[in-house]
Amino acid sequence: MRYVDEFRDPALAAALVKEIGAVCGRLERGRDRPLSIMEVCGGHTHAIFRYGLEGLLPDLVEFVHGPGCPVCVLPMGRVDDCVAIAEQPHVIFTTFGDAMRVPGARGSLLQAKAEGADVRMVYSPLDALELARKNPDREVVFFGLGFETTMPSTALTVLRAARGNVRNFSLFCNHITIIPTLRALLEQPDFGIDGFIGPGHVSMVIGTAPYLFIAEEFKKPLVVAGFEPIDLLQSLLMVLKQMEAGRAQIENQYARVVPDAGNPAALKAVAEVYEPRATFEWRGLGSIAGSGVQLRPAYAAFDAERRFAVPDVKVADPSSCRCGAVLTGSEKPWACPEFGTGCTPETPLGALMVSSEGACAAYYQYGGLRGAAA
Amino acid sequence: MCLGIPGQIVAVADADAMLCTVDVSGVRRAVDVVCVAEPGRPLAELIGAWVLVHVGFAMSRIDEEEAAATLKVLTEIGEAEAEMAALRLGLDHPATP
Repeated sequence: MRYVDEFRDPALAAALVKEIGAVCGRLERGRDRPLSIMEVCGGHTHAIFRYGLEGLLPDLVEFVHGPGCPVCVLPMGRVDDCVAIAEQPHVIFTTFGDAMRVPGARGSLLQAKAEGADVRMVYSPLDALELARKNPDREVVFFGLGFETTMPSTALTVLRAARGNVRNFSLFCNHITIIPTLRALLEQPDFGIDGFIGPGHVSMVIGTAPYLFIAEEFKKPLVVAGFEPIDLLQSLLMVLKQMEAGRAQIENQYARVVPDAGNPAALKAVAEVYEPRATFEWRGLGSIAGSGVQLRPAYAAFDAERRFAVPDVKVADPSSCRCGAVLTGSEKPWACPEFGTGCTPETPLGALMVSSEGACAAYYQYGGLRGAAA
Repeated sequence: MCLGIPGQIVAVADADAMLCTVDVSGVRRAVDVVCVAEPGRPLAELIGAWVLVHVGFAMSRIDEEEAAATLKVLTEIGEAEAEMAALRLGLDHPATP
């Protein structure tokens, strides 16, 4: 218990760990494999590693690190599309810093910038809109990516651009949605996840109702969790208790930030600006129906895909990478032949090594834990 | 990017444009408050409120204790530093209506 001391409430943490142990002791009887719990959100993955939570838990519990790291699941071809837009004359290409280092087949945005493209890191899509206002003779494109957490920010920025008639601003929309993705994972025949730790900030926007199908159709428990180690322990205990009682429900451990109805203003902006795409390609997972969004025709003037000749590059992941198997939980990062050798955080080959929220980067940074040591 | 960072609303920057000034660990910038404003109520009522700020947008009202605890986690996992560095980027061209 060497880590528990730094938690917000060490006594509570110790009590939770003890209770998890007791529930696991009962769940263990008659089981021949571990309980696989998927934490969907990359922020949770990072926190689980940083606080060494796996080391506090019984061997029965195995965390599987889900697809909730938007930078990690961005296909290489989309980065190449970004570079193609950025290289066009008069374009100022703006992006969150997280996306700068993601490798495309032709290199990253950082490399494109070094080679002369006008690529600028911004904190907020609002800053990209401001750049457009200040540079009326340039085309300012913002690279919108992320799950429902960041989707309201770009939707509200497009609405501002429309109201202010800022015609030289456009969005290269690569937003993805978590619900169709979870469904696609659950529909895989060999998907061995027993329960879910649900994402905190995505749920802050969408609420808890969209997850109901996981409990009703697939009979798996999901608990929406906060990011403190105490939150994660408490959420895990809630999942385990559901399993013990033979229940499958959607519960909300993070109610202090996540209202069950989500954020109405954010949802309204998202529904106004975006519509689902027929399909969207994920790095490591392939194409998933309905998992991406695009700008509605009413906002076509702000759609970079309509404004520029986007090559829509399709690039296969390096064949030696096991990103897909790691993302779905069927393999651990250290089983990949490139892990830590060909693929490191400094020179990532695969998606999951790119961001600190990716499973491979977390294993690399914080050590391999039980399995790697075994 | 997704984790955001807690900040405190310290002033109304532009009520018509739904922008408030938020103090995030000493760094101040204009933040969109559409998602936390009470419809029909003056924005000045938000002054003093703690919010979770995601890429320039206040996404959720939180209490002060929650703000401190969230900041502690972000600092410990190394995300606070990255978020603050990103926030400072925006100060060269602060958001205006």
